[in-house]
Amino acid sequence: MEKQLLRFYVNDQEYELFINPKTLLVEALRDHLGFAGTKRGCDTASCGVCTVIVNGMAVKGCSVLAVQVNGMNITTVEGLEKEGKLDPVQAAFLDEGAFQCGFCTSGMIMSARAFLNETPAPKDTMEIRRGIEGNLCRCTGYNSIVRAIDAVAKGKYREGA
Amino acid sequence: MIHDFTYLRPGNVKEALAMLAQHRDGAKIICGGQSLLIIMRQGLVVTEYLVDIKGLDELNYLIYDPRAGLKIGATTTHRTIEKSLLIKEKYPVLVAMEEKLASIQVRNWGTIGGNLAHADAAGDPAPVLIALNATVTIASSAGGRSVPLEEFYPGLFETVLSPDELVTEVLVPPPPAHTATAYQKFNLLESDQGIVAVAVSLSVGDAGICRDARIVLGNAAPIPIRAKNAERLLIGNKLNEEIFTKAGETAGGEADPVADIHASEDYRRHLIAVLTKRMTKEAWEQACQV
Repeated sequence: MEKQLLRFYVNDQEYELFINPKTLLVEALRDHLGFAGTKRGCDTASCGVCTVIVNGMAVKGCSVLAVQVNGMNITTVEGLEKEGKLDPVQAAFLDEGAFQCGFCTSGMIMSARAFLNETPAPKDTMEIRRGIEGNLCRCTGYNSIVRAIDAVAKGKYREGA
Repeated sequence: MIHDFTYLRPGNVKEALAMLAQHRDGAKIICGGQSLLIIMRQGLVVTEYLVDIKGLDELNYLIYDPRAGLKIGATTTHRTIEKSLLIKEKYPVLVAMEEKLASIQVRNWGTIGGNLAHADAAGDPAPVLIALNATVTIASSAGGRSVPLEEFYPGLFETVLSPDELVTEVLVPPPPAHTATAYQKFNLLESDQGIVAVAVSLSVGDAGICRDARIVLGNAAPIPIRAKNAERLLIGNKLNEEIFTKAGETAGGEADPVADIHASEDYRRHLIAVLTKRMTKEAWEQACQV
């Protein structure tokens, strides 16, 4: 085994790691860089709690080798807040109480963010549900999660709204 | 835990093929890794070298030519196929299949070449692509060849690939006239693999006769299989409810399913019969309109 140099951007900051190539993206983020907002759950690409945004796309950090994102831009839940202001999705999750145990929350928020970036005006809540199909909430608190995403889509958190 | 390996990142296909030729059985190819990393973590796959082709943009393309058909480069992601307006127009069944393949996150990173080479009998793309009569383009440093996808799988989790070979492209022929393809899997969770899956492609000929039929069963045997006896019931006939039902029952009998925690063998045969009937009917109704 030969260690590999990984140079990438996490939440707009450049990082360099010298790692075992078997290191998963979720491990690089949590264990090497301390971005513990990204959770580790099923480890089989089922639950979605490790979801981060890579070059604009939601991916599961447990199923991507860290060396594969060399040169890419990663956004974790820690990167959503801008200048002390929560991302609208975060604010909506708070307002709608879209949490129970909270373990799925950061992955859910990252999937919701990526979904809304791609689909700013979903045509109905079914489309929102499909947008978070890769994330499980074992507390089954889906209704409040969908309400939160719907509120953002309907412009409730737009500047000046 | 994943066993240690030496990571190799070729800069182009030629380099990748040279690495495979050099390390042969000692090397595994990773692309999106959405299936491979799971089984590596389970210790089912241990490799000395891992050749990472995910970054090979020369294999990331969709090209449609009315005469040659659709060429999909091996590193093209599922999501690219799902979002392609071109594919939606020419092969809508591929978009419908992709929309139900695993989850958005998996489709964003996983690739068509990786999926086919992983050779999981429950994979979604293979049955549909076999129904569409697709071929797989294979390269090695010694040359290249083309294999019908139908002949690509000799057994469970096996392909005809030699250790020095790489899937570079999937070629889907142009849709024949008056032909439609329908696909459905049966699953309890939206983002699961199918407990069984059925893809049916039908062509309507003169006087409303079924000219050609391809029925492909997924997760109904160790590999995707054609239900050829069911196909024979359709070809040369005007189709109706009675024939759809009979074709379904016949396909259920042709399957060689396993019993596992998801379903018994009998239940799988039943599901295959129901889905084959429905998909045959759906493909027929669509084919009569195009």
